[in-house]
Amino acid sequence: MRADAFRAEAPVAPLLSVRGLTKRYGGRVGCEDVGFDLYPGEVMGIVGESGSGKSTLLNCLAGHLRPDAGEVLFDLGEEGLCDTLALSEPERRRLARTDWAFVHQNPRDGLRMTVSAGGNVGERLMAVGARNYGAIRASALDWLGRVEIAADRIDDRPAAFSGGMQQRLQIARNLVTGPRLVFMDEPTGGLDVSVQARLLDLLRGLVRDMGLSAVIVTHDLAVVRLLAHRLMVMKGGRVVETGLTDQVLDDPQHGYTQLLVSSVLQV
Amino acid sequence: MGIWAKKKDEAMIELSGVAKSFTLYNQGGAAIPVMAGAALSVAPGECVALTGASGAGKSTLMRMIHGNYLAASGRIVVGGLDVAAAEPREILALRRHVLGYVSQFLRVVPRVPTLDVVAEPLLAVGVPVEAARDRAAALLARLNIPRPLWDLSPTTFSGGEQQRVNIARGFAHDYPALLLDEPTASLDPGNREVVLGLIEAAKARGAAILGIFHDAGARARVCDREVDVSAFAVAP
Amino acid sequence: MTEAESRVEAPGADYNFAYLDEQTKRMIRRALLKALAVPGYQVPFASREMPMPYGWGTGGVQVSAAVLVPGDRLKVIDQGADDTTNAVSIRKFFQKTAGIAVTGHTGEATVIQTRHRIPEAPLTEGQILVYQVPIPEPLRFLEPRETETRRMHALEEYGLMHVKLYEDIARHGEIATAYAYPVQIEGRYVMDPSPIPKFDNPKLRMAAIQLFGAGREQRIYALPPYTEVVSLDFEDHPFVPGKAEGACALCGSETSYLDEVIVDDRGGRMFVCSDTDYCAGRRAAGHVGAEGAAAGEGRA
Repeated sequence: MRADAFRAEAPVAPLLSVRGLTKRYGGRVGCEDVGFDLYPGEVMGIVGESGSGKSTLLNCLAGHLRPDAGEVLFDLGEEGLCDTLALSEPERRRLARTDWAFVHQNPRDGLRMTVSAGGNVGERLMAVGARNYGAIRASALDWLGRVEIAADRIDDRPAAFSGGMQQRLQIARNLVTGPRLVFMDEPTGGLDVSVQARLLDLLRGLVRDMGLSAVIVTHDLAVVRLLAHRLMVMKGGRVVETGLTDQVLDDPQHGYTQLLVSSVLQV
Repeated sequence: MGIWAKKKDEAMIELSGVAKSFTLYNQGGAAIPVMAGAALSVAPGECVALTGASGAGKSTLMRMIHGNYLAASGRIVVGGLDVAAAEPREILALRRHVLGYVSQFLRVVPRVPTLDVVAEPLLAVGVPVEAARDRAAALLARLNIPRPLWDLSPTTFSGGEQQRVNIARGFAHDYPALLLDEPTASLDPGNREVVLGLIEAAKARGAAILGIFHDAGARARVCDREVDVSAFAVAP
Repeated sequence: MTEAESRVEAPGADYNFAYLDEQTKRMIRRALLKALAVPGYQVPFASREMPMPYGWGTGGVQVSAAVLVPGDRLKVIDQGADDTTNAVSIRKFFQKTAGIAVTGHTGEATVIQTRHRIPEAPLTEGQILVYQVPIPEPLRFLEPRETETRRMHALEEYGLMHVKLYEDIARHGEIATAYAYPVQIEGRYVMDPSPIPKFDNPKLRMAAIQLFGAGREQRIYALPPYTEVVSLDFEDHPFVPGKAEGACALCGSETSYLDEVIVDDRGGRMFVCSDTDYCAGRRAAGHVGAEGAAAGEGRA
């Protein structure tokens, strides 16, 4: 191959473009003047300690919180980059159940606990107009398989699942409509390390095979090293450092990042 | 633009005026310059060894070329891309397609089977799963990783086995440029021979290789030139 | 004063016509007009305390009170029957407070208040059918937050409704919802048709005006005549209006909705029309079922 053939692959237009995003809670800063571009197929990690503003930022990006200033531009296809904050509520909600997905830390926040696993996966399909039971069920089975949940659990309610299974079900429920951008809030938080590893492998495979873009908030540096291509470090609501994940972790350029990296307990 | 479009003897990896310093913010913000004026080039089909005493900056230089360390100044051009000034996504694409790296450490998701760990660089460039697994299996077999281990995660392997899995991963895709950090360390003579064979084959297909070899015999056999990193070192 | 102007022709002259004061009736009529203008949309209204407990049809009674005029002839049915406690007491209530005429015959009534059934005989233009509704929100059992269900209606986000039907099929092999079967109105609002059997769903598209009142939940909704009403389903599991197999033991009807009646202590049972007026009419016309001779005297 030509040594510069890789350049043809690097997409020229970002999928998500964030500019000057600011959210305040009264006099307190949630996040301030955050900006970045996310390209198709890229996974960006956001790290920082509790209260650093990373969850506020994620919720502003996903449309759960209304920022006080800034733009969240998303590539809507034919229309190109559009400010999602300026969309009408129906348009924004439509986006949230088609092109976007949100994986909560606690699967209970992202699943319907009284609805079967198949119904949970099928809901987004039905929400966008699927009206063939057989096709919906086939999709649900396919996705349960992809997240390694046995087919005979399709009619069980998630309340009967382990935490790791619930998290995998939440991921299947979110990805069934083939979104282009996934927001994840501590997706491996609260899981056993062995379950975490399996989930990480699953997410890496899905990102690669579906060409997904993702924004992942976590305080687990080991998780971002394995999952995120790029890293953004936040402190006190501001971005203190960004770059390639391994570069930021191995050669941090900011005092806070150095402190964060050097504070990780070694096994 | 691309190196194949240039003359055959033009460099695949070319460094000029590269400097590096570390700032220890949590120890009074002391800036420690470690390297300045680093320059070298590696042409396609060439293997260049980095030499110098321990601590001279061989690994630091390799890491800067890989984009893992940030250069303070200078140009680091690999396959036409200046790594020192490139966007993260450009470096990611470069690493996927052009620049392979065999480090001394294996960093993978726990519980992923060895076969998939080795096949992953191929999947990342769009090789079909079966073809990628076949290639991975061939490399593992050549590097004498016992068949029963292929389905296990390499995180539980011995140091030597991990090193060989790392090498298999680094040679899975035919990268036009390769960085090798002590590829023959901790290998027995048989496996050392296999790795040197892989390096020779990569050179033969035109890969530009930059490596650190403490093993003088290996260096003499596969390297065309040596660059002494001590020349770029800055006294602290 | 409106109250002073109102006519009180009822025997119980202490009451305003049809019990409610005129301001309240005006408020309810406004809600009814809005409901008719936006078919299937739940209009909030200030439900009043009525002299009966919630669950006994306070919503339907308030709607009836707001639409009744002195010349009306009222029919009240509960589960299809005119002679059950609930139907009798509501009928007496309006006789006492409005002095209007009452009837058991579907065809003669101008206003019919009903719980759990639509009469078998097709209604005609000019008639009004008033439903008692316990829970007006079809999304309630899927989404407990009222703020969220209202937003879902506003944005036509009805995927959840199909999730419920999906769950039915997954668990029972078919859509097991047998009553209060959700419908979509004119391709827009999803509506709870009140707990009528799904057998009655096809009759929801009719010539008469249909008004729905939920007293405890303080909601009114409506269907103007000939409104398009579609029962939700899947392409491969289409809506089927079901009923008990067999014929009415009294009148022999094979097309009406049947109630199961236990007739002795040995498990003996028979099926009879749930619509008592329809059954009596058929028997009067000479139709006889398997046990018809024994109950030949009729009830109407």
